[in-house]
Amino acid sequence: MVEGEKQRRREAIGVKRRFLALMMTTVMVSANLLTACGGPSREGDGRERIVVFNYGDYIDVDLIAQFEEETGIQVAYEEFLTPEAMYTKYKNGTVDYDLICCSDYMLDKMIQEEEVVPVDFGKMEYADNIGDTYWELSRSFDPDNQYSIPYYWGTVGILYNTEMVASAPDSWTDLWDPQYKNQIIMQDSVRDSFIPALVQLGYSINTTDREELRQAQKLLLDQKKLVQSYLVDEARDDMANEQAAMAVIYSGEASLGMEYNEDLDFVVPKEGSDIWMDSWVIPKGGKNYQGALKFLDFLCREDVAMQNFEYVYYSTPNEAVLDQIEEEEKEEEPAIFPPEDVIRRCEIFRYLGEDMEEFYNHMWKELKAYQN
Amino acid sequence: MRKLGARILAGPYMIWMLVFTIIPLLLILYNAFTNTGGQFTLGNVAAIADPVNAGPLWLSLKMSVAVTGICLILAFPLALILRQISSDKNSFIVMIFILPMWMNFMLRTLAWRLILLNNGFLNQALNIMDMDPIYLMNTKTAVILGTAYDYFPFMVLPIYNALVKIDRDVIQAAQDLGAGDWVILGRIILPLSIPGIVSGITMVLVPSMSEFVIASMLGGGKVYMIGNVIEQAFNSGYADTHLGCGLSLSLMGLIIISMIAYYFFDRGGEGSALW
Repeated sequence: MVEGEKQRRREAIGVKRRFLALMMTTVMVSANLLTACGGPSREGDGRERIVVFNYGDYIDVDLIAQFEEETGIQVAYEEFLTPEAMYTKYKNGTVDYDLICCSDYMLDKMIQEEEVVPVDFGKMEYADNIGDTYWELSRSFDPDNQYSIPYYWGTVGILYNTEMVASAPDSWTDLWDPQYKNQIIMQDSVRDSFIPALVQLGYSINTTDREELRQAQKLLLDQKKLVQSYLVDEARDDMANEQAAMAVIYSGEASLGMEYNEDLDFVVPKEGSDIWMDSWVIPKGGKNYQGALKFLDFLCREDVAMQNFEYVYYSTPNEAVLDQIEEEEKEEEPAIFPPEDVIRRCEIFRYLGEDMEEFYNHMWKELKAYQN
Repeated sequence: MRKLGARILAGPYMIWMLVFTIIPLLLILYNAFTNTGGQFTLGNVAAIADPVNAGPLWLSLKMSVAVTGICLILAFPLALILRQISSDKNSFIVMIFILPMWMNFMLRTLAWRLILLNNGFLNQALNIMDMDPIYLMNTKTAVILGTAYDYFPFMVLPIYNALVKIDRDVIQAAQDLGAGDWVILGRIILPLSIPGIVSGITMVLVPSMSEFVIASMLGGGKVYMIGNVIEQAFNSGYADTHLGCGLSLSLMGLIIISMIAYYFFDRGGEGSALW
């Protein structure tokens, strides 16, 4: 499964979550079809409601109940597995969503296509809790910080087993070290798989220069004989089971893996990497703009954001939460709390347009089909 | 009157066929011969010749032949033994043999994963016996083993069915006329079981050629078969359903050729096929 990019990060969340999300989606969709067809913002009994669309298992559901209690607004909460699935369903127009949470490149696409409306920050009390660093990061896909509010973010790096490597890796080139033949796990999705090669060549992960991509592909083809496997979901588990010495992996997954196995450590290579961000947007078809704002404000509120962070446990952009976390915990969890300089050397994926995405896909297929 | 009743009874099945077989097939046909803009094109069907797709197809072909070979070599003797044991119409033994193979195939494939992992059961056992570990996980061998295991029943049952149909008298007659065991096997049992063998081969070769789940689970993303290519055409971010349909159609072409071969062998109408 696995990408402007379908199998991307969210798929890395794990099989169990997926099944759960799938089941929940099915149930919720059916429920929604019954209630939302006319698309009014009020239910039969006249109560206000909002329709929220988010990744599977990406919020503490207790908070939804709390929001309903506090505001009296009913939340129809729906989940999706991949940004592409979200987009297809959104475009279908069966349900009028008031809020969508999705990843950078997909939001990039939606903003470019003018599918979203600006967020009225003046009506929000707690939006300031989001740190400047993250507003700045968002600008790569939302240039004026008009349309999106950061939710969670993370990086891509190398998860390694300290007992199985001669010295701790700090560079993408360590993945090309012949002494780790058959000990390396690479990402199995189009854009992600090119990160290690593009970055070590000094190119942007959003390059549209076909020659640069070809060079990166050449590197990856050469590397294939060293690679044990190309995985998405299973990378974390295989590392926890000590199947391999190093794996290219998302920070959230790395942190989970490190919980399972004490010998594991995570590093964002010194050359830089991909930084990803999931943010909330208000799509233009929404029926309850004010309700959506209230929900966003609620999520930014300190106590709510804290509880949600403890549940999701991905890097949070909420400074009110970050301030409360002790330095010790931050040091113990470099995957979740990367130092500032890491953020600075990373880059966010952009949506590159259909032609370029197709070219990436083609280069990737050649890599997959390559036999050595 | 009876005819009308039969028609009404067949009605739900007809609707089922229409909705779940004919309409989807037409959709595949339509998508295969159009591009995203809706214009007619042969590109999607011809894409099978593109090295990016032809490579995986060739690999799939080789691997499915290997899988079929392994299944056949293992299944024929087993079917002979089963025929011997169950000679008194006691198919209970056969059922016992086949039953574990009906377990959910994802579970069985996951079990293979546990066996083949670098520190899996196989290498633990080798370790106890002081032998060097073997690394099979994420290789073609692993995928071939897993696929052969999963499709084994589809080879055993048709062959067994063909074998039990052979009249005992025929074999006894051969014995009376002085034929040895090998002659009987080579000149009587084998020729008479050919419809079953062909049926088994078709049922293993065809699905294992378009297999992609086992390749994903045991191949670690390194074994890229035509099934994986098609799956990604639908599921990857740059999803091109038209290309996926075109490739599927080309693959169906191959399958139809196998079917024609099958009918050629099975034209006696014995119908040893179980399915």
